Amino acid sequence: MSNRFLAGLGRVYVALILVFLYAPILVMAAMSFNASEFYQLPFSFSTEWYDRLWRNNEILAAAWRSVWIAVIVTIVATSLGTAASVALFRYDFRGKKVLQVLLFPPIAIPWLITGTAMLVFFFGIGLGRGTPAVIIGHVALALPYVIVVVTARLTTFDRTLEEAARSLGASPWKVTRSVTIPWILPGIIAGGLFAFAVSFDQFVVSYFLSEPGDSTLPVLIYTSIRKGFTPEINAISTIIIAASMSIMLLAARYSNFGGER
Amino acid sequence: MAEVRVESLIKSYGTLKALNDVSLTFPDGGFFGLLGPSGSGKTTLLRAIAGFVIPDTGRVIIGEQPVENVPVEHREIGMVFQNYALFPNMSVADNVAFGLEVRKVPAADRKKRVAEALELVQLGHLGDRKPHQLSGGQRQRVAMARAIVTQPRVLLLDEPLSALDKSLRVDMQIELKRIQREVGITTIFVTHDQEEALTLSDQIGILKDGRVIRHGPPRAVYDDPRDEFTARFLGEANLFSGTPEDGGLRLRDGSLIAGTKAGKIAVRPENLEISETEPSTPNRLKAQLVQRVFGGAMGTCIINWQGETIKVIGRDQDLQGLSDTGPVWISWAAERTVELDA
Repeated sequence: MSNRFLAGLGRVYVALILVFLYAPILVMAAMSFNASEFYQLPFSFSTEWYDRLWRNNEILAAAWRSVWIAVIVTIVATSLGTAASVALFRYDFRGKKVLQVLLFPPIAIPWLITGTAMLVFFFGIGLGRGTPAVIIGHVALALPYVIVVVTARLTTFDRTLEEAARSLGASPWKVTRSVTIPWILPGIIAGGLFAFAVSFDQFVVSYFLSEPGDSTLPVLIYTSIRKGFTPEINAISTIIIAASMSIMLLAARYSNFGGER
Repeated sequence: MAEVRVESLIKSYGTLKALNDVSLTFPDGGFFGLLGPSGSGKTTLLRAIAGFVIPDTGRVIIGEQPVENVPVEHREIGMVFQNYALFPNMSVADNVAFGLEVRKVPAADRKKRVAEALELVQLGHLGDRKPHQLSGGQRQRVAMARAIVTQPRVLLLDEPLSALDKSLRVDMQIELKRIQREVGITTIFVTHDQEEALTLSDQIGILKDGRVIRHGPPRAVYDDPRDEFTARFLGEANLFSGTPEDGGLRLRDGSLIAGTKAGKIAVRPENLEISETEPSTPNRLKAQLVQRVFGGAMGTCIINWQGETIKVIGRDQDLQGLSDTGPVWISWAAERTVELDA
């Protein structure tokens, strides 16, 4: 087989992957602009579903709730995760390896299991369901992502920079602020974007932990679909996808996904 | 500026004694070179003075003030690291200003002192650059400027020139010496390069296995190394051992080396004479020339004496008359015999 044939085959393969990934999304985005409620063709352009969405207070409230929960989760998980990463990088202590390993299962354990466990636990300690439980749950899910990303950035950090700063008279806090944090800032930003995405896109744990009147957007979309499908859902989903993809592209820019920037 | 003293420093890592009872005085305003093979404890000693290593026992005194319990940031030191450790996110001027900023020096004063420090290292025009835009030699100068701008009591240099290539290294040696003289700061530096130590220091200390085995002015230590390790580590040395007699040292080929009572002696390669005819010098040995190595201005002769390799270094023009191999005499003036402890 000639190299040209192989190269052509490779292009077809990549094209197929992209079609599989993006065709359903593109169809959904297109249908959110289609006038017909029942996906009827021919396509006729309309922003009716976006207008309706704009007047749907239930969806808007859920979207707003999702955003501010995600912001709180981002701030808390990024701060805790960064502090943990720096501590794990700087200090050697008993059980450090064990602790590092214990931080990762939340990524691997199915969210369904984590969500069930959290629900049982929060009822056990008397917190029950509700927004505080959702926030705590999201922080727990997002934390390992922040630690992974920030730690990856820290491995490229030269410790003698901290020593140099101390030799010049800087207190440990000043060293962290002026030398360490500027270096790992891209990692912190990427970790924060991950944390935001984990919280904003979270369905399973939110579904388990939120109270019926207090749904986040993914939970509301799920329950709406069960009641009956409307193209408004296409519209809000298109908006969410656009937002999520922007965040991921930003995260990829700040972490070194796909090689050196 | 201050005298630095360490007394009975001991630092163990598990069973390894990185510092094994080290006591030394680093004179005020002096340039002190710590020299030793890797693992000898020289870097540990430097880091103990800086405060990055906390000794198990012993004292570190900077300018009459005991500092064992003073953290690094309050020891008033300046340090230059092997890789320079310039802050990559700051400009050259901001790097130099860092120590002043920490000390809350007012902005106007800060600017003036940064400019002076950069002028001293001849980088006055590069203040706006980022470290990654500088050459190795320029980074070295920035690191120096950053370390001295705070007027520390002592300047610590950890293998400061090892990252530079050879020709640049010689230039920087001269430069380091000039800066140190101009500032007059007590300087302690660590190196594994004996030539660098001899060139820069007015005092050297030789470490081995966590102990200081010899210290003093470079020439004194070089001319009278006293023990085999120092003789071999600092420069090159041809060793001879035998049985001490009334008249001198009887070597195993029967020759008598007059005027020494030691059982072991050393002769520097540059102090050996080589000739094909028997010289009149009393200290002479019959040997075999194995190889002549051309090295530009200086040449080396590899000689076999009683199965041992002897090196002779001389000006190439003085060695040109010799045949490439064959029987030769090596000899040396009696005052060039270096007596070693057995």
